[in-house]
Amino acid sequence: MTLTERPQKRYGSIVVGILVLSVIILVIGWLESAQPGGLNIAALTGGVVTFDTMVRIGILTTAVVGLNLLMGYAGQVSLGQVAFIGLGAYFSAVLTTRPSLIGASGLSGHWWWPWLLMLVGTVFTGGLAYLVGRPILRLRGHYLAMATLGLGVMVNILFRENLGFAVDKVNITGGSDGIYGIPRLSIGSWDIWPIERYYYLVWLVAIVGILLALNMVKSRSGRALRALHCSELASETLGVDTARYKVRALVLSAMYASIAGSLYAHFRVAVSPKPFDFGASLELVVMAAVGGMASVWGAPFGVAAVVILRDLLRTHLSLVIDAVGGAYEVVAFGIILILIMIFMPEGVVARTKEVVRRWSG
Amino acid sequence: MRDFLLRSLKHKSYKFLAVGGSTVAVVALILILGAQKNFGPQQYGQLIVAGLGDGAIYALIALGFVMIYTVTGIINFAQGAFVMLGSMIAVTLYASKIGGTGATGLIVAALLAIVATTAIGVIVERLTIFPARNADSLTLIIITVGVYITLQGLALIFWGSNARILPAFTTVATSDLIFRPGGIVLKAQSLWIWGTTAVVLALLMVFLRRTLLGKALRACSVNRYAARLMGISPSRMSIFAFGLAAAMGAVAGIVLAPASRPIYDMGLKLGLKGFVAAAMGGLVSSPVAVLGGLLLGLTENIAAGVTKSGLKDIFAFIVLIAVLLRQRRQMGRGLE
Repeated sequence: MTLTERPQKRYGSIVVGILVLSVIILVIGWLESAQPGGLNIAALTGGVVTFDTMVRIGILTTAVVGLNLLMGYAGQVSLGQVAFIGLGAYFSAVLTTRPSLIGASGLSGHWWWPWLLMLVGTVFTGGLAYLVGRPILRLRGHYLAMATLGLGVMVNILFRENLGFAVDKVNITGGSDGIYGIPRLSIGSWDIWPIERYYYLVWLVAIVGILLALNMVKSRSGRALRALHCSELASETLGVDTARYKVRALVLSAMYASIAGSLYAHFRVAVSPKPFDFGASLELVVMAAVGGMASVWGAPFGVAAVVILRDLLRTHLSLVIDAVGGAYEVVAFGIILILIMIFMPEGVVARTKEVVRRWSG
Repeated sequence: MRDFLLRSLKHKSYKFLAVGGSTVAVVALILILGAQKNFGPQQYGQLIVAGLGDGAIYALIALGFVMIYTVTGIINFAQGAFVMLGSMIAVTLYASKIGGTGATGLIVAALLAIVATTAIGVIVERLTIFPARNADSLTLIIITVGVYITLQGLALIFWGSNARILPAFTTVATSDLIFRPGGIVLKAQSLWIWGTTAVVLALLMVFLRRTLLGKALRACSVNRYAARLMGISPSRMSIFAFGLAAAMGAVAGIVLAPASRPIYDMGLKLGLKGFVAAAMGGLVSSPVAVLGGLLLGLTENIAAGVTKSGLKDIFAFIVLIAVLLRQRRQMGRGLE
């Protein structure tokens, strides 16, 4: 990835990549639901790779693709990305379960209401990211990391503390218990549930997200973002409006996160502040780092690797060692993160590619 | 028109008025909110005592941030973990009666905990920061974050998720000596915390200004290259800074332990708040970091006192973002 690289539009690789990913998704979906010849993936992988896992991977992939654009391409650290996922999830959750808050009780019966909320929530989160981004993104490096971390923690506290409303009768976010009874998604009277339908929906969104991201990366603004990552000063001299591009990347990543959040809320049918804490933000960064910061294709790989590894550690490590509430998994996680950042800061995928290229001459 | 307004606002006398006006507004807001809860001078006094107690701890943690940042240019997200390790190790050693029971046991446990945490700081530097010393700042940030996760996970394995207790220094018992000046409850441990912060700051200043090693550290923070030409090894200084920062974190953790029950995940919030305090001094000034810590403690305690206690941490982060945005002007746009 150099600045002098000729801007080639190799759409061929995108088409092939999307096709391969789609085929993988379809095959896994088919294997999971049809179980040909009694082949049970879940049993083979020790109960780890189930539809539930695959749905989570799909949702997180959407969020990580957005984070990649921000961290890998624009080079702006975000340790509070989970705040945007939380905003999306809570936006959907609050307004589908308590539409009377905005005087829309009549609309909540319609099947399109959750879909509309998902879109409005995305715009809302993007708008919020814009407002926050203008001042925050003037910070850089460590300062930006700390500021985003602070924002993430703040949003999480707001969820827990009912958006700061001192009157406890006005219950918006449900405090630390969260919100239950979020409706499932449906098209007309056709429910997107059982889980295999939701699985295809989630991955459809993820693949569309990847497609849009790849398109952007290869476009003029994508090159501007990469220039920005290499040297803000140099790109400014070349006439790139760095402030605008940085904010744009943040808004875009927030919108990806918001969609992921809404999908999460309708998947779990409940939200609480716990999954949107600091640890979750870190996990997103780990996923982005494993897949490769500046690699859209790395995102699904990184997410899958981390989610499956974590679940494996959770189920198997506790059998080997008498673990205390997933503590070993956390340690293993931290060490893996450190090792990856020391030895292959450009991500596992890129590193492997490089090694393969070297060996094949 | 807008330019004119901005320019006139930047004029010295108007600036003074603006700062004075907003201070009056904030104080008035606090008094109004406090009046709704029937706060008297006694309640405010209590909030101030609590704020200064928290603040002194933030100040101690902030000193660790300043130490590592000036020498290596790294913001150590794992600083909070050193605080947690200091208090947890002290608690364990005291419980194991390694130096006997009572006051001697407490002193021995505290000293050993500081030594152990320092050793951990040095090991962390060698294993994670040193191999990646040439990486960009994003990588280094994520590495220190990884160190934090690892240390917290190890703490969970060793100590479990239960909160621990360390006896108060004055009484060497769980219940502390309490003074009541003017109806305000003041625990003896608060005095220990303030005293320790003052002593550590004084020692640090003497060390940095009067000793050869301290001067070498400062030289390294001013200009690495020039320091190396003078025969100072930046790599050795980096180890030293991490060790010292870990020791200071451990001291903070140990004096804090009797006042709050130490638990494996206490490091994150403390580390963040220490960072906020350090950021007030631009991460390079120890005395300003201490002042910043006290100010932060006061702000969040008073603000949470008059509103809702669950919102305490939010005020710290509002201060953080305000401070960072103010700093931005001083940091300038700088060359990369």
